[in-house]
Amino acid sequence: MMLIPCPFCGHRNESEFAYGGPVKPDRPAPHSTSDEDWVEYLTTVPNPLGPVQERWWHVKGCGTWLTIWRDTRTHDIVERPGDAG
Amino acid sequence: MQRYSIFSLLRHAIGGHTTWAPAWRSPPLKESYDVVVIGAGGHGLATAYYLASEFGITDVAVLERGWLGGGNVARNTVTVRSNYMRDASIPFYVKSVSLYEGLTGELNFNLMHSKRTMIDVVQTYPKMRELRRRQLTMDIYGSTYEQISTKEVRRRIPALTGGGPDARLPVIGGMVHTDAGVNRHDAVAWAYARGADARGVELHQQTAVTGLLRGRDGAIEGVATTRGIVRARKVAVAVSGHTTTLTETVGLRLPLRTMNLTAFVSEPVKPLVDVVVNCPDSGFYFSQSDKGEMVIGGAPDMGQSFRRDIKQHVFEDTVTAMLSLFPSFKKLKLLRQWGGHVDITPDASPIMDETDVPGLFVTAGWWGGYKAVPAGGLTLAHLIAKGEPHPLMAPFTLSRFRHLDYVMESGTTTAR
Repeated sequence: MMLIPCPFCGHRNESEFAYGGPVKPDRPAPHSTSDEDWVEYLTTVPNPLGPVQERWWHVKGCGTWLTIWRDTRTHDIVERPGDAG
Repeated sequence: MQRYSIFSLLRHAIGGHTTWAPAWRSPPLKESYDVVVIGAGGHGLATAYYLASEFGITDVAVLERGWLGGGNVARNTVTVRSNYMRDASIPFYVKSVSLYEGLTGELNFNLMHSKRTMIDVVQTYPKMRELRRRQLTMDIYGSTYEQISTKEVRRRIPALTGGGPDARLPVIGGMVHTDAGVNRHDAVAWAYARGADARGVELHQQTAVTGLLRGRDGAIEGVATTRGIVRARKVAVAVSGHTTTLTETVGLRLPLRTMNLTAFVSEPVKPLVDVVVNCPDSGFYFSQSDKGEMVIGGAPDMGQSFRRDIKQHVFEDTVTAMLSLFPSFKKLKLLRQWGGHVDITPDASPIMDETDVPGLFVTAGWWGGYKAVPAGGLTLAHLIAKGEPHPLMAPFTLSRFRHLDYVMESGTTTAR
């Protein structure tokens, strides 16, 4: 069971949250980007064996959206890679 | 290959079963092969088998990180069915189910295939409409689906005592899929392995592929493994959840997310349910194994996951839903739980294609790929051998994402 840190409510059980998907890169401007880049943006997300940045919605709590880094191998909520130390 | 039969069983019994030959060889790893298949799971072994048996390509190595048949082919709920929704999907799974039914004879290995019917227990009208829509498409392709009344559902599944008129979601009817069945997952892996080995394919366990190698011309050149470099001009990746981990070693990004699908099994009890029961509105399904265990499948975790256990709250949700329809199951003790890594595409249909790296083939996106093992292996072998897709796999290209020409599929897992 994951305890997800909500900025308002503190650490709360993951069953209170809805999953919002991995964080994608910024949306490219549709008219000035190539078809390949646009399709890649629409279809392809990071799928790392390790930390992934993702969005969660505290839907059964205060209703805020938050962003965490989570290790896909262990489900541990981790520091942003590269920032620790 | 030594044939298995009642006579060979008797003959070897006289020798105290010490005279059996190994089911497959353990040859030394060569430096190069015509084709390397990564992953000795269902799809990898079936691909290697059909390469040798259908297309005469026998200089094939199957490389496996762990042990043969120890990945997702051992981490599913062994349901074989073809009640899909799309014109692209149904013929593929109809073919796969029919191949499964003939495999025991073809491979001389008892798969214990039990064509026992699946019954969908429907609790909402939108789901009933969706399943009846599936029925209309399935009729075209010769798959069976038929609506039955609530009374008939309860007659055929006596353990279904919940979901009455006062329940939050009363049972409103059912759909019967008589083509569905279950079989033995180990036997599927071992039978394909033995059949492939007998035709000259080499199986190498404990040989982890750490990366793919590209030549100067950009084409695939081989793979780096923990036992050294193995060269091949054609490499097939059949590693389910770790597909992107491998393809990213040559800079190839694929539209896949790895998720974990929940399954668990109860203690064995007397025969109670003789069909595969699927409850799509409640999000669980189960069948009773030959040993008497209830093999229960649930929903996926939220979020990407490379773990191979299940999450407590997904497990609790599944059990709660199950007890609302099958209250007597609350006395069951649970023996084991497991999760399988599945890689899901944006449209929930698989990818079987040659990638942008010439010579590199992927079979991925199998969200419930156990039922697809025979047809997936046959069609991928066709693509590798002939360089053009088998008609059954033609819709499942990688380029469909480029054109945003999705094959949106709602029939992928039983619990959806």
